[in-house]
Amino acid sequence: MSESVSSLMAPPSTWEEFTEGLWKRNPVFVMVLGMCPTLAVTVTAMNSLSMGIATTFVLAASCFLVSLMRKMIPKEVRIATYIVIIATFVTVTDYAIQAISLDLYEALGAYIQLIVANCLVLGRAEAHAARTPPVEATMNAIGMGLGFTLSLVMIGGVREILGAGAFFGIPLFGEHFQPWVVMVLPPGGFFVMAGWLLLFSILRRRSQMKADAASVEAADALKTSGACHGA
Amino acid sequence: MARESLAQILLTTILSGNFVLAMFLGMCPFLGVTHSVAVAFPLGLATTFVIIIASLSAYLLNWVLGLAHLEFLRLICYIVVIASAVQLVEMYVKKHYPPLFRALGIYLPLITTNCAVLGVALFQTARDYDFMQSLTFAVGGGIGFTLALTLLASVRERVELADVPEAVQGTVLVLMLAGVLSLAFMGFAGLGG
Repeated sequence: MSESVSSLMAPPSTWEEFTEGLWKRNPVFVMVLGMCPTLAVTVTAMNSLSMGIATTFVLAASCFLVSLMRKMIPKEVRIATYIVIIATFVTVTDYAIQAISLDLYEALGAYIQLIVANCLVLGRAEAHAARTPPVEATMNAIGMGLGFTLSLVMIGGVREILGAGAFFGIPLFGEHFQPWVVMVLPPGGFFVMAGWLLLFSILRRRSQMKADAASVEAADALKTSGACHGA
Repeated sequence: MARESLAQILLTTILSGNFVLAMFLGMCPFLGVTHSVAVAFPLGLATTFVIIIASLSAYLLNWVLGLAHLEFLRLICYIVVIASAVQLVEMYVKKHYPPLFRALGIYLPLITTNCAVLGVALFQTARDYDFMQSLTFAVGGGIGFTLALTLLASVRERVELADVPEAVQGTVLVLMLAGVLSLAFMGFAGLGG
């Protein structure tokens, strides 16, 4: 993000707080947090998106409240307090989804309520919101939540395309497509997640190798130029 | 749903509906502490113990909340009561069975935040299980959890010596192994109805 845009949107620090969770410290792919919903509900892209939005809401709301109350909460009972705060927002989300779409509610099932046990939410409340002012904490939480949503949709999208031949319910391959059923079954979750992580690991190694090669080349160039000068 | 027999529930939760490999509950310890069987097996047993306590307290709690028509407080009550119950058990075990406490000690508090524990409570409520069914569900879930953890740990011990490309090592390898295990457990589908 260029300087001018970041200063337009918000003060740089807040903007950095926001983008941190999106990619650089992505909760799923980098920190490997909140694996239960990541693997359980990513059968279709739609389910993944709704789960991501629900988690983002819970994360942002609880981080805001935790940050607001961070000076009032005694240290000894802070975890219990955080859990009660999170559970309250999860209950709100649970009833809201039930009211908005019963189909979605049945598809996600108990996993909506399990957001309360998602290590991502408690982890961010404890590690970040408890020591940051409300605005920054909320921005960071929203960024983290969107990063979480993004990775969920990436996993869910692949599983839906391979396992059902569709994306967000829109068929892609015509009627002769033979669905790869394993991908929408539990093992598919493990395999797709492993595939994404493998891809990132290969890319990271490649860019690292390129950087190493560049530095070696630069050193060589320096050496030869030095040698030329010496001659 | 409520008419499932106990044997059916037990078989399903251990094999085809395994908590870890089919329902993705308790992924953190599954990926995190399965380096060796010596750690994974006791952790599985400790979790089984906590799951049973959680299931019993959730059953009682659900009954009380049902009487008072306060169902919307269910989630908050579950998590608070389960956490306190585990704390109580921890204190009791610490006072009366010190060797057992030393064996479980480190894990007990960690298990409280395991989604498998809360998951048992939520799923048994969602499926309207009666008391015996809930208990069977919890026991089966615990055994299944222990089984999955021990299996993955033993596979990881074997793979330790194998020549694995560097890019695949770490979480990627564990996820792939878990996928294969999960695929194997899918083979049990249909067993026990």
